[in-house]
Amino acid sequence: MEVIIQQLPIVIHALNIGFMQTLKLFAVTLLGAFPLGLIIAFGSLSRIKIISMTTGLFIWIIRGTPLMIQLLIVYYFPGLVLHNPIWGGGESGRFMAASVAFVINYSCYFSEIYRGGIQSVPVGQQEAGLVLGMTKKQIFFHVTLLQMIKRIVPPISNEIITLVKDTALARIIALQEIIWAGQAFMKGSYNISGAIWPLFFTAFYYLVFNGIVTVMLAGLERKLDYFR
Amino acid sequence: MSILEVRNIRKTFGNIEVLKGITFTLEKGGVLSVIGSSGSGKTTLLRCLNFLERPDDGVITVKGEVLFDRNDPKTLHESQIRRKRLHFGLVFQSFNLFPQYTALQNVMLAPELFMKENHTWNAEKARLADEAEELFVQIGLADRMNNYPHQLSGGQQQRVAIARALIMHPDILCFDEPTSALDPELTGEVLKVIGKLSEQNTTMIIVTHEMEFARDVANQVIFMDGGVICEQGEPHELFGNPKEERTKQFLMRYNQK
Repeated sequence: MEVIIQQLPIVIHALNIGFMQTLKLFAVTLLGAFPLGLIIAFGSLSRIKIISMTTGLFIWIIRGTPLMIQLLIVYYFPGLVLHNPIWGGGESGRFMAASVAFVINYSCYFSEIYRGGIQSVPVGQQEAGLVLGMTKKQIFFHVTLLQMIKRIVPPISNEIITLVKDTALARIIALQEIIWAGQAFMKGSYNISGAIWPLFFTAFYYLVFNGIVTVMLAGLERKLDYFR
Repeated sequence: MSILEVRNIRKTFGNIEVLKGITFTLEKGGVLSVIGSSGSGKTTLLRCLNFLERPDDGVITVKGEVLFDRNDPKTLHESQIRRKRLHFGLVFQSFNLFPQYTALQNVMLAPELFMKENHTWNAEKARLADEAEELFVQIGLADRMNNYPHQLSGGQQQRVAIARALIMHPDILCFDEPTSALDPELTGEVLKVIGKLSEQNTTMIIVTHEMEFARDVANQVIFMDGGVICEQGEPHELFGNPKEERTKQFLMRYNQK
């Protein structure tokens, strides 16, 4: 116990640095996947067969294979197969590769939620807009969008909470996120080695952060409660 | 001259021909009631007039302008549809108010977007707000303008939907069974608003199952059956002295209810 208390400040310091990387990946994934998911959703809703089928195939591949494999492919494929290591070495290259894999993966999940959300808005809403002389674009942004958002907040919340924990997968390409930082104390880091408790302790970070995320999303859900 | 001329409108869904050549005219300020059993094509007819469906054949002319002619490709451009739609207004059976907006916002949204697009919003904003408020007085909901649709009864929602259609100043206002989704005690307030509109010489086409109302408000009635106009005439003629056997049967079924 005494040892742990001695190690605590150093471990917290190291874990905080790792957690910043976790948060960065989390934020970049959301910022990229929210809009990209919408574009993919429009693709799968397209009346042009070739577009909707290609999109469907893409979603099937991304959702049908492990994110961990996708991370490895995105990171190693350019260098090892194409002999064109676009990511470069170092932490920033790994972060870029991880971001790309995460954004693509989460876009596909989001797109399916969006699609369900768009389809669940009654067609009468769109028709009401049409007969009032509104354009399709006006109808989407001024009529459909908010109703869709209201409907997708609960399922998107689920994905966001999963994403917080999924960021740990980036460790597979040695991204120095919080689990990587925790595990480092087993092999040796900051003159501490053979300590497993920092790894276990990382769970606490996820738990607290997901608590904050949950409260914020519940707040958003309440905010949209003013209409039905 | 007629404000609306509909000639030989046909519409097929799959292999079911829903409209088998509908032809009629409507005078400015006239009120046309369309009656008939479910599935006779009444709603499809209104949807064709509002360009929610494209007829497979026929001609639609409003104020002398050919809006739609199946055989004239110039009238079929998608880009023109939006402008053409504005000749017509449509009040839906299920109201279709926008739930995230207040009653007033529902009425203001379409003209506001239209004015912003044409950069006249700043100049016309005040006038539009006045007009919207007048409409709320007219529909008897001046005190409920800032309520959201879910805070209003069905009858109130439908009255807001009427105001929302009116603010676009359609030449012809269409109603698709405006009271069919309402509790019986709420139909009266909606019919009263429509009745007042007819007194103000609003040109209207009303698809309805309210036979008494259809007779009282209209100066012309069409009875549709199986996708054709089975009989048309003045209300007292069609209701009092129907010529066609099918019309008689239809009206008899209603009288028994």
